Amino acid sequence: MSGLNKALLVVAALGLAACGDTSWDDTRFNGTGAGVGAAGSASDPASPAYFQEAIGDRVLFAVDQSTLSPEAEAVLRGQAGWLLTNTDYNVTIQGHADEQGTREYNLALGARRANAAREFLISQGVAGDRIQVVSFGKERPLEICSAESCYAKNRRAVTVLASGLTG
Amino acid sequence: MSTYLARLAVHGLALCAAALVMAGAALAQTGPLRIEIDQGVIEPLPYAVPDFIPEDAAASEYASLIARVVAADLSGTGLFREVPASAHISKITGFDDPVRFADWKAVNAQALIAGAVTVKGRQLTVRFRSYDVFAENELGGGLQFSGSTDGWRRMAHKVADAVYSRITGEGGYFDSRVVFVSETGPKNDRRKRLAIMDYDGANVQYLTNSEAIVLAPRFSPTGDRVLYTSYETGFPQIHVLDVGKVQRRILSTDEGIMSFAPRFSPDGRTVVYSQSQGGNTDLFTMDIASGQRSRLTTAPSIETAPSFSPDGSQIVFESDRSGAPQLYVMPASGGAAQRISFGTGRYGTPVWSPRGDLIAFTKQNKGRFHIGVMRADGSEERLLTASFLDEGPTWSPNGRVIMFTRETQGASGRALLYSVDISGRNLKPVRTPDGASDPAWSPLQN
Repeated sequence: MSGLNKALLVVAALGLAACGDTSWDDTRFNGTGAGVGAAGSASDPASPAYFQEAIGDRVLFAVDQSTLSPEAEAVLRGQAGWLLTNTDYNVTIQGHADEQGTREYNLALGARRANAAREFLISQGVAGDRIQVVSFGKERPLEICSAESCYAKNRRAVTVLASGLTG
Repeated sequence: MSTYLARLAVHGLALCAAALVMAGAALAQTGPLRIEIDQGVIEPLPYAVPDFIPEDAAASEYASLIARVVAADLSGTGLFREVPASAHISKITGFDDPVRFADWKAVNAQALIAGAVTVKGRQLTVRFRSYDVFAENELGGGLQFSGSTDGWRRMAHKVADAVYSRITGEGGYFDSRVVFVSETGPKNDRRKRLAIMDYDGANVQYLTNSEAIVLAPRFSPTGDRVLYTSYETGFPQIHVLDVGKVQRRILSTDEGIMSFAPRFSPDGRTVVYSQSQGGNTDLFTMDIASGQRSRLTTAPSIETAPSFSPDGSQIVFESDRSGAPQLYVMPASGGAAQRISFGTGRYGTPVWSPRGDLIAFTKQNKGRFHIGVMRADGSEERLLTASFLDEGPTWSPNGRVIMFTRETQGASGRALLYSVDISGRNLKPVRTPDGASDPAWSPLQN
C-alpha cells in the first residue's frame, strides 16, 4: 500500500478532524511514500508537529521566481537547525507552482524552487543525501481561488519529514 | 480494386475497405464540387445524408445511426451544413436506384451521400456513394467498409473521412482517437486518470486508475503506444503504455530523478523528454529498445515541452534561457538552438504539425492564455483562441484542427477539451464524461 493510501486511511480514520478544511495536506504527497505527517505535539520540539507548526514547513516564492526571500531563508535556517538535531529524519522538499503557467514549465519551475530550498539546507550543514526533491508543478494547489491571494500561497516549497530509519 | 485489413486490438475489430466495382458506377473523378479550405470558408457547403438503407433486419439498428455519425463528423468541421431530413423531397430507397438530382437541387443540397448497411452475424458492411448534385454525377467511386458491429462508429467515420477528402482534397481526421487525462474532484483534490476515446468523445476507456497523478500523454506515430508522465513511484517519471493490451511499464528508472514531457520520434524508436536534476531541467533522448540516453541541452535554464518535426530532423522546445519561456528549434541530435518566438508574452508547449508547416503553441500574455500557430521559422504568428487558461495544443491527423485544454477560473475552475480550426473558426467543446485535460490526437487509424 502506498504512503498516499495510508495517509488517506489515516485521514478517514480521524474522521471529522479535518472537517471544513478540504485543502491538500501536503504531507500526503511525500515523494518517498513514507511521510510521517504531523505526528506528536507541537509543544514537543523533537516532534514533526513542532517542525511543521513552530518552525514552519514551507517557504513561498514570487511569481515565476525561485529565489529565496529573507523570510524564506529564516524558515529554512530553522528547518536546518531542527534537522541537525533530529537526525532520525530525512526530508522530501516538494516544489509547487501557481496555475499561471503551462503544465510542464510549472513542473520544471517547481523543481527549481524545491532545489533552492535544498541547496539552502545543505549550506546550513544538512547532508545532501537526507534531502530529496520532487516537483508537483501546478497539480496540487492548496488554495483554489484564481487570484494573487491564493497564488501566493501555492507558490511554495514544502519540507516533508520522512523517517530516516526506513531509508 | 484495393483491399486492406487492419487489426484493432482495442475494438477487436477487423476493418476492411474495398472500392465498390459495379456496373454503371462512375470512375473515380473529382467533380467541380470542392471546398478550398485555405480560401477561408465562411459559408458551409450544404449536403444531405439520408438514413442509410438497411438491407436486412439486423442492419436497421445501425443504418440511421451511421448516417447520423457521418453528419455529425461533416457538420462538426464547420465546413459543411446538413440539409435536414425534414426538408428532403426524395427518399433513397435502393442503393443502386438512379438519384433524382432535381429533388436534391430543389433543397439546395450540393452534395449527397447515400449508403446501405448489411449485417451478417457480427459482421457489418457499409457501402456508400457520394454525389455532386448540381453536376449530376458521382463524386469519387463507391466504397465499402466491413468490420464487427461493435465498430459501427468507425465505419461511419471512414465514410465521413472519404467524403471530406473528396470535397476538400485534404486527408480526413474522423477515424482517429484522443488520449487525454480525465479529471474528477475539486481543484484542491483533483483525481486524474489516463483515458482514451474516439475523436468525437465516444467510446471512452480508462487506462489507469486515479491513485497517481498522470500528465500529458502522447501517441506513438502508429497509435499503438502512449507515453505519459506518472507519479506512480512518488516522482514524476515516464511511462509507456501498450494501448491494445492496456499494459504499462516505466521507461525512466532513475530513482529520485524527475523525468517528464516525453514525446516519440516520428519513427517511434526514440523518446525525447525533460529531466530535472539539481533544479535544472534539460532535454534528453532515450532509445526505447536499448535504454541508451543522450543529453541534448546543457543550459542552466529550463528546457522542456519538446516536439519532433515530422521528418525527425529537428526538435522544437520551450526554454527560459532568455529570461522568460520562448520557443526554440534545434537539430534532433542537439546543438545550437535558434529562437523562433519573438512576440510579447510567454510561449510554451510547441507542437509540430503533422504536415510540417506550422507549430502550434500556448501563449501567455497580459493575464490571458492563447493557442496559436506560427510557421516553423517563427513567422506569421496567429492566435486562434483566448481565455483565462488555454494550453496544450494537439494536431488532428490532417493538420487542420487543434484540440487543447481550456480551464475556467476560480474555486470551481474545471478543465475541458476544446477544438478549433487552424483558421481560428469553429471553436467548440469536445464531449467528455468528466473534466478533461492534456489531449493528444492519434494518427488516422488504418
